Amino acid sequence: MSYKDITFSREELARYNRHIIIPHFGIEAQQKLKAASVLVVGSGGLGSPLLLYLAAAGVGTIGIVDFDVVDESNLQRQVLFGIEDIGKPKVLAAKARIGNLNPHVNVVTHNVQLTSKNALEIIEKYDVVADGTDNFPTRYLVNDACVLAGKPNVYASIFQFEGQVSVFNFTGNDGEKGPQYRDLFPVPPPPGLVPNCAEGGVLGVLPGIIGTLQANEVLKVITGVGETLSGRFFVFDALSFDTRTLKITKRPNTPAITELIDYEQFCGVKAAERKIKEISVEEFIEWLQAPEQIQVIDVREPEEYREVNIGALLIPLASVSAQKEKILRDKKVVFHCKMGGRSAKAIRELEDQFGFDNLYNLRGGITAYLERLS
Amino acid sequence: MTVRLLIFGIAHEIAGKRSTTFEVPDNATVSELRSLLSLTYPQLGPLSFAIAVNQQYVEDSVILTENDEVAIIPPVSGG
Repeated sequence: MSYKDITFSREELARYNRHIIIPHFGIEAQQKLKAASVLVVGSGGLGSPLLLYLAAAGVGTIGIVDFDVVDESNLQRQVLFGIEDIGKPKVLAAKARIGNLNPHVNVVTHNVQLTSKNALEIIEKYDVVADGTDNFPTRYLVNDACVLAGKPNVYASIFQFEGQVSVFNFTGNDGEKGPQYRDLFPVPPPPGLVPNCAEGGVLGVLPGIIGTLQANEVLKVITGVGETLSGRFFVFDALSFDTRTLKITKRPNTPAITELIDYEQFCGVKAAERKIKEISVEEFIEWLQAPEQIQVIDVREPEEYREVNIGALLIPLASVSAQKEKILRDKKVVFHCKMGGRSAKAIRELEDQFGFDNLYNLRGGITAYLERLS
Repeated sequence: MTVRLLIFGIAHEIAGKRSTTFEVPDNATVSELRSLLSLTYPQLGPLSFAIAVNQQYVEDSVILTENDEVAIIPPVSGG
């Protein structure tokens, strides 16, 4: 059904009067809102104002994905909920609140975790997706699913005093598809480096500010009124009131998304470990004989070192971070232990924490090296 | 030459400041700036932050000029 066939009851016309009388908005934009369906992923700090304002504005169908229950610590910012909701599933508490605010809205609840298995099936049913999730794996999942399903992804994200808003994967009036999240952040940060709200905290009013900006973008995407943040990235710092609206473009070298992957693994949340650079014993021997100087570091324990060593600098695994100044940054550095396991850990730690990019793991460790010599 | 850094998100905590000036060689690229930043603030190295020069998100090959405003924007994930 075209939005032009949408009609309003007398009550609805009264309710939406202040929209309808705005020049350039009018009944047509209101029809588009009623004809639209929006999927809100996450009904937390951002989801609260987002859901309230989308419902109040008269979006016809609102889907909510969340598998969490309301906790007392949510009420500092998640104004969608009250004390009587504590312990209830968020999607059900949200549906009840929206029903109380605007009974003309059809609310669809998805009381599940969005996963690579169900994301496309859920997202396909909606016109627009609004991402208010609270972790990197789901951020990349929502982005990739929107790219695959061809849906605009109205993005907002917060941290402590800071918020970001954009519209990704949006096809403008010129027919051109705008940038997506991966054009800006091709890979996630190492796990644990960027805390979420539960770990890092968040000023309660911040999701209110950023979530309403996100709602505003959803309304513009649906109605075509104004200019969306597609191709622009808004950053806001609540403390200094520094704001920047950066121009962003599609990156030619952003890999094409062809399927949904394991996002926990992609973001390193799961045990699966990122690859590090390795060299074989043969390559190691060549490097030792080459004119280019290298540094060799042994991360075994002092007792093991005393027993047998190859003249490497001894820095036991437990102290690599503390002794990082001894590790050269301008030469190739080969790490070894007995078999290669501990030295791999040491390299990961140094790469993740201190940004080393010149470290190589000796495959098979000193054991393989001594075997090769004998 | 000097560029002006505007540092957002976790990068601001790592650097311990929100804005500062930063010395780079003349005609340095964004890529070179990233390396220099990682040397000054080693924990920035693995962060995969976006860089915007004069409010335009740029590729690493872009050449900086004196007094450019360089915004360092790491991803945030909270909702």
